[in-house]
Amino acid sequence: MTEATIRADISDLPDARGYFGEFGGRFVPETIIPALDELEAAYAAAIADPEFHAELRHLQRTYTGRPTPVSHARRLSEALGGAQIYLKREDLAHTGAHKINNALGQGLLAQRMGKRRIIAETGAGQHGVGAATAMALLGLACHVYMGTVDIKRQQPNVFRMRLLGAQVIPVESGSRTLKDAINEAMRDWVTHVRTTFYLLGSALGPHPYPMMVRDFQSVIGNEAREQIQRLTGQLPDVCVACVGGGSNAIGMFHAFRHDANTELVGVEAGGRGIASQAHAARFADLDISRPGILHGTRSYVMQDADGQILETHSVSAGLDYPSVGPEHAHLRQLERAHYTVATDDEALAAFQTLCKLEGIIPALESAHAVAEAIKRAPTMPRDSVLLVNLSGRGDKDLDTVIDILGGG
Amino acid sequence: MTRRLQGVAALTAMFARARAQSRAAFLPYFPVGYPTYAESLAAIAEMAAAGVDGFEIGIPFSDPIADGPTIQAATQTALENGTTARDCLDAVRGLRERGITQPMLLMGYANPLLAYGADRFVRDAGAAGADGLIVPDLPPEEAHYFAESCAREGLALVFMLAPTSNDARVKLVGERSSGFIYVVSLTGITGARAALPADLSAFIARLRAQTDMPLALGFGISTPEQAAQVSKLTDGFIIGSALVRAGGESLDALRELTQATVAAIRD
Repeated sequence: MTEATIRADISDLPDARGYFGEFGGRFVPETIIPALDELEAAYAAAIADPEFHAELRHLQRTYTGRPTPVSHARRLSEALGGAQIYLKREDLAHTGAHKINNALGQGLLAQRMGKRRIIAETGAGQHGVGAATAMALLGLACHVYMGTVDIKRQQPNVFRMRLLGAQVIPVESGSRTLKDAINEAMRDWVTHVRTTFYLLGSALGPHPYPMMVRDFQSVIGNEAREQIQRLTGQLPDVCVACVGGGSNAIGMFHAFRHDANTELVGVEAGGRGIASQAHAARFADLDISRPGILHGTRSYVMQDADGQILETHSVSAGLDYPSVGPEHAHLRQLERAHYTVATDDEALAAFQTLCKLEGIIPALESAHAVAEAIKRAPTMPRDSVLLVNLSGRGDKDLDTVIDILGGG
Repeated sequence: MTRRLQGVAALTAMFARARAQSRAAFLPYFPVGYPTYAESLAAIAEMAAAGVDGFEIGIPFSDPIADGPTIQAATQTALENGTTARDCLDAVRGLRERGITQPMLLMGYANPLLAYGADRFVRDAGAAGADGLIVPDLPPEEAHYFAESCAREGLALVFMLAPTSNDARVKLVGERSSGFIYVVSLTGITGARAALPADLSAFIARLRAQTDMPLALGFGISTPEQAAQVSKLTDGFIIGSALVRAGGESLDALRELTQATVAAIRD
């Protein structure tokens, strides 16, 4: 595919109906369609308003701590003996993950729309913490739906959300993880749609969410594209990010979409291995994953032959989701981005390597991206540049890691 | 025996019959596979004998975002019993073979139907003796998957309106829906409520002013008293959760609630 066709295919997406090629759209009950129309109009007005941008930029600078740095992972690169690895340090953003970028953006939008009640879903708790933080800052009531399996494995974040004044609502239905938290949040939204703003945390769900979340996260790639050129004098040869719903990845990829020489690589959760079927690799296991509809959007969905949604597995709660943002499905179809997997074990090994060689404790989600960098760097020349989006820090995962590796 | 009307024609006749009796048509919702496959068919046959006007036959889905706890739990049980979209088509065929003539609409979320194959599903639904399709997460904008095949088979493709629907959407749904419009009585999910929404008659009046399609009201209607009130306002109504709960208790409880409702709208 030539650069010109790529440009034409991905420039102005989604289209007016919220589609990225054949993926996306709006598959939701009628009750919330008018709310999505209202949201879309309010978002269009906001991004046309310089004051909205100024306010968001101000908060990014003075509250989130943006721009986050790009660090050269010198010892890791040396140890691998190939590409120079650079880390976009979203772990250093306030609250410790990229999720705050979107939470502040949507929070300001909610305020503009006069909505006083905010609901959110969370898996790993990073979006929940981001939402709770932004709502404490903006003075809006925040209710966070979270599956009880995730509550158990992400206790520190549950405590953080409560400290920040959010109400954490346990979800007992289904697999009791992110998927079910989204179901409950949508049921809440259907019920309180007139007064409530649904702060969706990833680049999925019905239009305009995939577009809006991407736009709020694209600050990651916009900064990184400038920073990496300043540091290395070139664009990265490869850009790697983990993909659950896919918001950190799309936020990184978006800035590089026209850079045909920068390979974009998304890393899904390989869990206990593809053969085990205990994973969340929507693009890697086409026996149990194919285009379908979940949570209002058409994308790849892990499902059985009868179209029932499958339970997923990942050591990282933030990647443990049976579908994936529709724009990723489109980028994959265009072959503009490639998707690979890292297993639980590979992510845990990468987690420890980054701790020891760089003094950075990554989130288990981000450790999946690091694992891909560790595989790939040795195959690349020493003067090549591999940029990893380090989407979050790993303090929240210490209990999980201690359980698996032992406390000693 | 005269040949049963099918599809949109069957629904039109159903509403005309009810209107001639100055009442609304009573359309129970019941999911296939709850409490078991055989019991769900028995439940539907029981309600048919009690004199309901038509049915919404529920197809279970793992992630029913428009449903409250009662239907979530029932459809989850149905899935644990191994109920598939194909089983739901077989259920319709089986009910027709038992001589049940009331209109039947299949109601289910989009993904299992798309997994089956949209065209194939509509064709097989028509062949099984179903009269229409209701897909709660498929607004008219996304209905192209089913619209053509439903039109070809003469099956109704029913869209929904809600209290939040503005005039433009009332117009759109009025143009695209066939058979009737499913009117969601409240902003919320399915489930029994203590009382009907206070502004219900104003809402129905607003829709009447903009569309001539029959209106069937659903969500939050659970008692014969509420049914009697609704029967004066609309062309049809749906009771789901309350009947599902009764059906989970016993066939007697289900029969009692159904008969009481049938009687209440004829008073």
